[in-house]
Amino acid sequence: MSAAASPIPAPRFRGKAPVRSATDDPVLAKIALILGTLTFLGLFLFLPLGAIFFEAFRRGAGVYFASLVHPEALAAVRMTLFATAVCVPVNVAFGLCAAWAIAKFDFRGKSFLITLIDLPFAVSPVIAGLVFVLVFGVRGWLGESLDTIGFDVIFATPGVILATLFVTFPFVARELIPLMQEQGSEEEEAAIVLGASGWQTFFRVTLPNIRWALVYGTVLCTARAMGEFGAVAVVAGNRGRTNTMPLYVELLYNEGKFAAAFAIASLLTMVGLMTLILKTVAELRLKAERKALNDTPNDDMNTPAAKPLNMPGDLALE
Amino acid sequence: MKKNNILPGFGVTLGFTLVYLALLVLIPLSALAIKSAELNFSDFWEIVSSPRAAAAYRLTFGASLIAAIVNAIFGLIVAWTLVRYRFWGSTFFDAAIDLPFAIPTAVSGIALATVYSQNGVIGQFLYPLGIQSAYSQLGVTIALVFIGLPFVIRTLQPAIEELERESEEAAASLGAGRLAAFRKVIFPALLPAILTGFSLSFARAIGEYGSIVFISANIPMRTEVVSNLIVMKLDEYDTAGATAIALVTLLASFAILLFVNAVQWRFGARQRGIA
Repeated sequence: MSAAASPIPAPRFRGKAPVRSATDDPVLAKIALILGTLTFLGLFLFLPLGAIFFEAFRRGAGVYFASLVHPEALAAVRMTLFATAVCVPVNVAFGLCAAWAIAKFDFRGKSFLITLIDLPFAVSPVIAGLVFVLVFGVRGWLGESLDTIGFDVIFATPGVILATLFVTFPFVARELIPLMQEQGSEEEEAAIVLGASGWQTFFRVTLPNIRWALVYGTVLCTARAMGEFGAVAVVAGNRGRTNTMPLYVELLYNEGKFAAAFAIASLLTMVGLMTLILKTVAELRLKAERKALNDTPNDDMNTPAAKPLNMPGDLALE
Repeated sequence: MKKNNILPGFGVTLGFTLVYLALLVLIPLSALAIKSAELNFSDFWEIVSSPRAAAAYRLTFGASLIAAIVNAIFGLIVAWTLVRYRFWGSTFFDAAIDLPFAIPTAVSGIALATVYSQNGVIGQFLYPLGIQSAYSQLGVTIALVFIGLPFVIRTLQPAIEELERESEEAAASLGAGRLAAFRKVIFPALLPAILTGFSLSFARAIGEYGSIVFISANIPMRTEVVSNLIVMKLDEYDTAGATAIALVTLLASFAILLFVNAVQWRFGARQRGIA
């Protein structure tokens, strides 16, 4: 990076190709490192992944499919889909609003606001659940008043939704904010000057520019919403009344119904694998678009990019 | 950005952002601080320093630290291999690094418990050697290695891609062997990224729950982590206890993330100084 920025480009020597270039590692080291990598990934990633499907089908496809269509399983699937269907649109709307306000306007305390938006990533899932128990629980701030009107939050669906909203809160916003800051607002300003309405500008100018980042953020948000365990476990309690799919997996596993637990787990794993594929596609598109953006000659070439693409937070899927 | 902005929607979007942030995140989180403040200090201290809580803290921070170190070492190897070498399936392995993020923690938890238990695919080889890889503190560490693995790798990959080949060539032309070049040139350049990845992995491990709870067996004083202790306290309706223990954990994770920001800021400042 600093090489590109230094005034005198470093001389590059490209002579005849040697047998092994000076920056290549010795072949033996190479083989050892590759074997080390494969062993490590095998022991910690691929064997556990394989075990999910192996255990799910261990007692045959009949048991597998019977476990999936069990009424309790269907109820858990329904609950997970419902919570996801509520949480994802809300957090997408929030992400768009936050990114629009932060990227297109100047105001005091902006960087502090960005830090606050990332806050839920720093909070452990169990604590995320706990804070809602403190507010809505029996002895919580609103517990008594909620009890008198007979509206349950904790140990009920609203609690599951609140906890899910909390843990998926930053995903869309943190993908959109750096991208939109980098893109600036010249194109939108041009649209407004030419007479477009605010919504027209958003749909015809902004949205096409950010679509892959939006897809990326939404995919991560959806995966986390469907898979969240700790926060939801705390607010749903161990009553078994409000089971999401991950909670139902725990319940089955603790009852010793391993085949059924792994059958439901295999569904969640497939969602996860799908997420990985979608994420990889969106990432490639996003990279291409960023490259196009950075290659466009403009007069402020010297300002460093707001944020590199691969910030650690990108991967805070869990 | 211009001072007289002609774009619409500032009030509405910022308003919604602030209200939503306050209602969903800030007010509930402040409940944690306020509820802890209701305890007087000696009660608070008694809860967080009780033998069971102390054992949970020791295990959580100890296992998280070991897992983060394992991830830093193997993360460096994996990241280096994936960036520098092209081998059969390397693209596939690269995409698979994110698996621990993509798979729900409860699912990883039961998978790890099964694989590393006495009859599991890996456990069957470890148990005869006297290595109890599940329902033990080692089991907790294994789960934390799994969950923290992508942090180091994903932080290191861009850093390795950006390494200047020229300085490695210079080292070689000055007579340094490959190992010396790694020690004197490559490793120092990657150190900020290693530290960042290490800390992110450590911070994540401290709050982890789902992937640990099945492989740990949750024996108080032995294999019970802080997250699980909080859940136990809540199950016993000991909200005050849960709150006090949670506050300490939360402050610890904030401290680690501040450290990450400091590392990145210092590194960024150094880079700007060169440019």
